[in-house]
Amino acid sequence: MSAPKKDAPDARLPGNLQGNRKLSQWLRIASAGTVTVTPGKVEIGQGILTALAQIAADELEVNFGRIRLVPAATPASPNEGVTSGSLSIQDSGTALRYACAEARAVYLAEAAAELGVDADSLKVDDGTISAPNGRYTSYWALADDALLDREATGSVAPKPASAHRIVGQSIARVDLPNKIYGLPSFIQDLALPGMLYGQVVRPASRAARLVSVDDTPVTAMAGVLRVVRDGSFLGVLAEHEELAAKAAQMLAAGAKWEERDTLPDAGNVQSWLRAAPRETKVIVDRVAEAAPVRTLSASYTRPFTAHASIGPSCALAQWQGQDSVRVWTHSQGVYNLRTDLALTLGLAHEAIVVRHVEGAGCYGHNPADDVALDAVLLARDAGGRPVRVLWSREDELGWEPHGPAMAIDVSAGIDASGNVVQWTLENYSNGHTTRPGRAATPALLAAGHLAKPFEMPIAINPPAPPGGSERNAAPLYEFAGCRVVCHRVLDMPLRVSALRSLGGLANVFAIESFMDELAHAASADPVDYRLRHLVDPRGRSVVEAAALRANWRAWEKAEGRGHGIGFARYKNLGAYCAVVAEVEAAREIRVRRLVIAADVGLVVNPDGVANQIEGGAIQAASQTLKEAVRFDRRRVVSDTWETYPILRFSEVPEVVVEIVNRPDQPSVGAGEAAAGPTAAAIGNAVFHALGVRVRDLPITPEHIVAAMG
Amino acid sequence: MGEEIRLTVNGEKRVAHAAQNTPLIYVLRNELGLKGTRLGCGANQCGACHVLIDGQSVASCDTPLWAAADKNVVTIEGLGTPAHAHRLQRAFIAEQAGQCGYCLSGIIISAEALLARTPDPTEDEVRAALDRHLCRCGTHNRAVRAVLRAAKDAA
Repeated sequence: MSAPKKDAPDARLPGNLQGNRKLSQWLRIASAGTVTVTPGKVEIGQGILTALAQIAADELEVNFGRIRLVPAATPASPNEGVTSGSLSIQDSGTALRYACAEARAVYLAEAAAELGVDADSLKVDDGTISAPNGRYTSYWALADDALLDREATGSVAPKPASAHRIVGQSIARVDLPNKIYGLPSFIQDLALPGMLYGQVVRPASRAARLVSVDDTPVTAMAGVLRVVRDGSFLGVLAEHEELAAKAAQMLAAGAKWEERDTLPDAGNVQSWLRAAPRETKVIVDRVAEAAPVRTLSASYTRPFTAHASIGPSCALAQWQGQDSVRVWTHSQGVYNLRTDLALTLGLAHEAIVVRHVEGAGCYGHNPADDVALDAVLLARDAGGRPVRVLWSREDELGWEPHGPAMAIDVSAGIDASGNVVQWTLENYSNGHTTRPGRAATPALLAAGHLAKPFEMPIAINPPAPPGGSERNAAPLYEFAGCRVVCHRVLDMPLRVSALRSLGGLANVFAIESFMDELAHAASADPVDYRLRHLVDPRGRSVVEAAALRANWRAWEKAEGRGHGIGFARYKNLGAYCAVVAEVEAAREIRVRRLVIAADVGLVVNPDGVANQIEGGAIQAASQTLKEAVRFDRRRVVSDTWETYPILRFSEVPEVVVEIVNRPDQPSVGAGEAAAGPTAAAIGNAVFHALGVRVRDLPITPEHIVAAMG
Repeated sequence: MGEEIRLTVNGEKRVAHAAQNTPLIYVLRNELGLKGTRLGCGANQCGACHVLIDGQSVASCDTPLWAAADKNVVTIEGLGTPAHAHRLQRAFIAEQAGQCGYCLSGIIISAEALLARTPDPTEDEVRAALDRHLCRCGTHNRAVRAVLRAAKDAA
């Protein structure tokens, strides 16, 4: 092996090395015997930092314990966009793998020169570099930041899977022990010297304008620093957390709002979706030569759904004078947040420093970014003191950017043996993202409430594939004819954004429910029927593995019990996943067991993958059985855990996860793969148990009764 | 503000200076610096903030300071430390029972209360004891396994 050659500077580099080309942006080797890894992706409870450390340790051939991880911050970290879409292992992991392989080669070239041997003859063991002649040195002895202050070339091939020693092991999560010992771990735990507590009084309803506020009782309270008002943005600064909360309540009581109806009829969201102005995209259009003998059709829906993090969103901000501000955030994208803060404040990007601090799980675009603007706006009036803002539970559930409601029409022309000849899927949905940093105006909640308000950008879909509404809208099955049409609704009365798997959950729920309906119409076993239409060998493998593990063929049907299967390849590009659900129907549906087979390519951390798959499945089960955002014509009313219930310990099913390892295939993310297949498997199991096809999520007793009629 | 209320926290006698009605969680986190107890809803609906008061697992967001006066309060920090881990903490690490981890302090506290009254619980008893605790990441089954593992680790 020789030192990397310098390629043309614009050569496309692997993963997120493209765009963050300096090796020193990714890692630093220190004489103290440590390797500091600085990814732009952030820990959101998914274990990504552990997996990235495994990759770095393996490529550099150092023990895992030598790796230090630094959370992302502007302006030093690589700009890796947003930690989303199950892309971190793929994009950040790939970049880090190449960066570390190249860093190793750089250090070996140095060692070769020092030891007077050929670099190819050197061996590395935990950072010690030894030559055949018995001489040795180490990364630590050679450590010099100047060595990695160079652009990557991407020309040093990473190790083959067969040479991995740490990748592929279930290394324990590096961040979990502190959380289990109750040590400060989260942004909510961060306390800065002289810190004030800020609390925002959100408008009384979605389009409410603040007419007046009587703040005299609040400003008279000892310990209240001041009331902050900018248009309809209203907040308070106090010396104590409980005082801020109390002052905000009093402020709310003294506020007069002008309100109007802006939300659709909650009882008829589907009609609104179908009637609203829209932009239409045909993403697949293929007409079968053969004519079907019969056509079946059905419509499926999903409600607005909440991210519903257990930890309310939190941020801290501190101004230096009028022109620069530091922000601590659990945003999934520190650079994107910086862009929208700069837009809102009229500041240059460089005037804003954004540091990531872990928060609770986010499951997509939750209010992490919104609360950062709240903190920045309140801190502007704090005389240079840092301000911490924590959203209330009611604001968290009521004002978060919810996952969009969807309506999906599916039809299939079938041949004489019941197989699909011509498939059509048409869906109606808002776009699936209003993430910051992507539009001409800021996508932060409070920006729309200022005296000079910014218009909230209408939700768009990320480019397809994988898209947002388009995500998994095209089935993976081989149908001779297939037409897939996505209608993006252009009104956004209820603010929406990315919720784990985006359109994937509802699209797969529709496709896989309908495949079951077709199997039933063809008097075919649902597993067999899928395999008749599924050619992709990795897809077939997970369907067969899940069926086998669940003992599908020998499963005994009993009164009120049923099982069902669901399958998808996430985004049609990522992980393959099949789920068998076993349910019992009594007063409500109880999911007893989920048996899951997943193929995520090369597995970096098997237990990490199992944890992500299982967690994703349980969250999807919760959405499938219970969850719907409720609202009147003005405001979201499901803003407590009583009005927005999620699955509890006593209701959580047993989950069995079988990972189909494919060391020869690129690693893809696991976090979202189980969502759609789980929802569909439960729906299909309910049909098997009750003979009732529930096409409207969630599968509540009310929806089951409605489906019987 | 400014009233003095005496209580024992993690075995140490402490004096809190706050209004009697201040929710206990703010005193623990902000006055005593025990950040391990986490606020989730402020309404006793999610379980994230549970602490032991005289052995009972209660929501500290919904417990006024006066109700803890002269009582024995145990927070997650009081169970164990990295150097002297509690068996539940060892078990949660062994089972990798967590994803984001925000709900874990409350869950571990309720598990401790359960094991004190039911040293060898069934899986259903564990689930019932943890039912007040919400977890959004879906690590429920790992948490249940961790509690059952801890029960077998009598040390």
